[in-house]
Formats: sequence, structure tokens, C-alpha cells
Amino acid sequence: MADTITTTRAEVEDLLFEEAALLDDWKLEEWLLLYTDDARYDVPSTDLPAGADPGKALFYIADDRMRLQQRVVRLMKKSAHAEYPRSRTRHLVSNVRLGPVQAGTQGDELSASAAFATYRTKGGHTDTFVGALHYRLRRTAQGLRICAKCCVLDMDGLRPHGRISIIL
Amino acid sequence: MVSPAPAPAPASASTPAPALLRIDQARGVFQVSRQAFVDPAVMAAEYRAVFDTCWLYLGHESELAKPGDFLTRQVAGRNILFTRDGDGALHALFNTCAHRGATVSRERKGNSRSFTCFYHGWTFNSDGRLRGRPGAEHYTAEHSASGLTDLTPVPRFERYAGFCFVSFKADIVPLPEYLAGATEYLDLIAGHSESGMAIVEGAQEYSIRANWKLLAENSVDGYHAVTTHASYLDYLMNTNGGLVKVALEGRTHSLGNGHAVLEYRAPWGRPIAQWIPMFGEQGKTEMEAIYAKLLARHGEDKAKRIAFSNRNLLIFPNLVINDIMAITIRTFYPVAPNQMMVNGWALAPTEESDWARKYRLYNFLEFLGPGGFATPDDVEALEACQNGYANAGSAGWNDISKGMGKAAPSYDDELQMRLFWTRWNECLAQAGAVAGAVPVTAAAASATA
Repeated sequence: MADTITTTRAEVEDLLFEEAALLDDWKLEEWLLLYTDDARYDVPSTDLPAGADPGKALFYIADDRMRLQQRVVRLMKKSAHAEYPRSRTRHLVSNVRLGPVQAGTQGDELSASAAFATYRTKGGHTDTFVGALHYRLRRTAQGLRICAKCCVLDMDGLRPHGRISIIL
Repeated sequence: MVSPAPAPAPASASTPAPALLRIDQARGVFQVSRQAFVDPAVMAAEYRAVFDTCWLYLGHESELAKPGDFLTRQVAGRNILFTRDGDGALHALFNTCAHRGATVSRERKGNSRSFTCFYHGWTFNSDGRLRGRPGAEHYTAEHSASGLTDLTPVPRFERYAGFCFVSFKADIVPLPEYLAGATEYLDLIAGHSESGMAIVEGAQEYSIRANWKLLAENSVDGYHAVTTHASYLDYLMNTNGGLVKVALEGRTHSLGNGHAVLEYRAPWGRPIAQWIPMFGEQGKTEMEAIYAKLLARHGEDKAKRIAFSNRNLLIFPNLVINDIMAITIRTFYPVAPNQMMVNGWALAPTEESDWARKYRLYNFLEFLGPGGFATPDDVEALEACQNGYANAGSAGWNDISKGMGKAAPSYDDELQMRLFWTRWNECLAQAGAVAGAVPVTAAAASATA
């Protein structure tokens, strides 16, 4: 297949760093603009093998675009008690690597992977989420956009965290 | 992994402590001392008087589908090796070598006909019996024949309707007797399927910085939904087709031995088989087919109940099976008075279509689990309670009086909490386990009705 997405690691890093900054600033509506209208956001359970299917296995999070949008709507409310008062977060993204380009239903998609460490601080506790990020990216009229983000946690379980109430 | 280390506690102090429950039937008051949530001596007593004397959930038989399948799991602080041997029989063994004690399996799950302790190489069959050891000729014949060389089985292991339980108390009553009225509800769960229920791959394992009994209460709390889960209910209302016009209403039933169930109708979708517009036309066809099969197998009354009623079931002390927008199983243990470890799973009919499975899991994650739109707010509520108990010395009592004296308690009353705490208090009092757990008086017992 012809490589129809021409990009550089620097451009991809700019996108991922912009995403991290928007999340850390709680600019969630702006963050959502980085995602395509068919986007997915997945966090598999920690005992699943690589490549598990959210339609067949139990994940922590398996959002289609509709639910991802509703996640943002919910998190911006005071009644999202787990995040009110809001936690402080710091998303660190590193080890960015570009993968192959593959055909998607709405155009070609570039794979990219990264390592992440996200800190959530609230109520005297700082919890750390560590793992790998697997992205699929698509070139749109607005620029390079995210059509899938899968956060594969390295931990044995969500201990002591108890929740993924922020967006990783 | 954090392991609870239940330390033996001294017997009751010689000076009588204040009671941990305050019950006044005439005034309609049922209160629980907040010391029960913060006192390390209470937690130590719970390990001896509750977790060591009850039937505890180990797992579902579907998790070991094939001969040789095994998994390792913590139950009440013990490392358990749960196996299916070559003949298909299930075994619950302590995961500790007969020789020097190392865990003989350090994997979460797998398939193996034997387990070799890597320390000195003792090898055990999946029924726990020693298969061989290096230098076997250097042991006396008497030693080899002694039985000292096998893995230790958990004192009691039984299953009901696919749910497997262990007990560390050798002379405990048989499981069905212990489950009492809860057997009917486990049968209802099994009745979802014509070919058997199975755990869906993927476990949700998390912790909550709160006392374990707060989750026992929360898992069967019909009172908190409107406030704690306001944003989830908003989501359902904002989502096109997330609801049907069904009122939230139902009853709470005592099932004996501290077990209780809420059975109620609710407006959310159920993959077996309450259709909501979001499921679409294919979903309607699927739901109708599922319902027709339920009808054929169970008749109308039971089929309706399985399809359209929700059930939040609490089996004392710490097994929750909630058949709501999907089926979740969860257990939880204290590692400290203010911290618990939670394991959660999804249960589903094995014959379910790919479509139905996908929607079941979609429905599950919408509400349930640490990444859902509801459970994180429960976690927050429980942690807020625990933080509030910093004031237990001055503001010392929880209230679970709602619906006292009613002939037919509603699903959103608090009878189920009173049943749990009454049984909890009996366990601790019988064992003489902790100061403050006093024998329940007749008046107190009737107050739970």
C-alpha cells in the first residue's frame, strides 16, 4: 500500500504532547477536538492478552465516540463526584515510535505507540498509571487527528487506585 | 500485591466495651458504631469470626473449563490454587509447597497437569498429591507414605449452580444450608442460560481506601442512586434510546443467614432481555429470541422475572452478584480497616451471540467498574465515609434505619444493611471475638424484620 500519510515523529509528538497538556488543564472539550468522529478509547483489564477485543472481553473502559463524548460531558459536571473537586493530573508521554500505515474505513491510518506515566493527585494521595499507548491517527482537514487510543496498563490491577475517573 | 495479614487479637477486654450496634425497635432506630470501620482489633476479629467461619466465594466453575486448567487467587488473605484435574474434578488447594512453603504456582492462570516448586523441585499433581521429588531415595519409606508431602487442601470446598466456595472451617454446615434462601437467586442466574453461564475473560481488580463493609452496604443500596449516580442518570436521559419507560420500584427480601436481595424493575436495558431503543432493530430481534427461549424453558412467571427484574444479591459476608444492566460478581477483603481489595467479573450465558455479548459488555462498562460512569462515584462516596470516620470518637454512629417497621420494605429501604450487620454482630459475639459485639437481643433481632 502506498504510504498516504506523510508525517514525522515530531508532528506526532506535538499532537500527543498537546493532548497531554489539554488533559492536564482539564480542557476536555478542546481535547475531544483532537479525536475523529468515529474514534475509540480503550483501557483493557490488566489480565487480558495483547490485542483483546472489547466486544468479547471485559475491559475497564471501552468507549465508542458517543460514550467518549458523554464521558467528557459527565466529567465537566459537579455531579461527577469522583472528580469533584477535580484531581490534578500530569500526563507524561515518551518513547514515541511510528508504526505502519493501514487502510481504515474512513481513510488510511498511521499506527503510533508510546510509553506513558500519568499521575493523579487528590485528597492527599498520588496514584500512578503506567503503561503503553497504542494510537491510530488519520489526516483530516483539521490536521492529524486520533481515531483510536488504547491504554495498556502495566500494573497487576488498579491497586491502590480504585478507579480510572480521569482520562488517561 | 498487598496481602492482608490478620494478626491474632487478644480476647475481649475485661471491662465491657460499648456495643457496636444500637437498636431501638420502638423508636425505629438502627445504628452502627463507626468504630467497626476504623478499629484494627475489629478487623482482626473479623478474620477469625467472619472470614474463617463462613463459606467464601472462590470462583466460577467456567473459569476452569478444561482438564488441567488452573488459576491462583487470594481468598481471605490465603493464596489458593484452584485446579481441574485430568479427570475433570475441581480442587481448592493452599498454594504452598509441602516442603518449605514456597508458592508452587506463581502464574495467574494456565493449563498444567502438574506444579513444580522451583525451590527444590518437588512436583505435585493437579489434585495436590506429590508426584515426585529430586533425591526421593534419601527419604525413608515411612516419610514418603506419610501424606506429609502433599499440598494441603482447603478444609471445605463445595459448589452451587456453578459458583464455587471454600471454607476454612472444617465443620461448617453444607453450602446449600448456608446459602439458605440465596439458592433460589443463584438458580435464577443459572436460569439465564440453556448451556451454562461463564465468566467473561478479563477481571477488574482494584482497591478502595475504605472499610470493606462499606462496599457490602453500597452493593445493595437502592437509596443512593438518585444522588450518587445523578450524572449516570443524566447520561441515560441524554443518550438517545438509553431508557425505556419503566419505573424504579421493587422489594427487599431477607434470605436468611445475613443474606439479602433487592428485586426491582428499572428503566435501563438488560441484555437478557429488556430492550431499549439503543439496542436497535437487530437488538429487538435478538431480545425477542432470547425471551422466547426463556419462556419455553421456564414458563411465563419465571421468564418475566429473569428478563425484566433486576437483582442485587448480597451473600454474607462478601459475595455480591448483581444482575442489573449486566451481571457482575464481586468479592472484597480488608487489608486494613481503611483499605479493601476488590475483584470484579462479568458473567454471561455461553450461548450468547457475538452481538449480544458486545452489547452486554457495553452495558456493563457504562455503569460498572472502575472506569464506568457510576462505580467511580461509589468509590468516592465510600472513601468520603471513611474520611468522615476520622471523627468517629466524637460523631460515632451510622444510621441504617430507613424503612424500619414496614411490612414490605422497598428496594430503597435499608433492611438489607440491618440483616448484614445483625449477622455480622452474631458472628463476632459467638466467637467472643471483639469487645462490643454483644449477643443480639430478641428486640434487636425483630428490629431487623
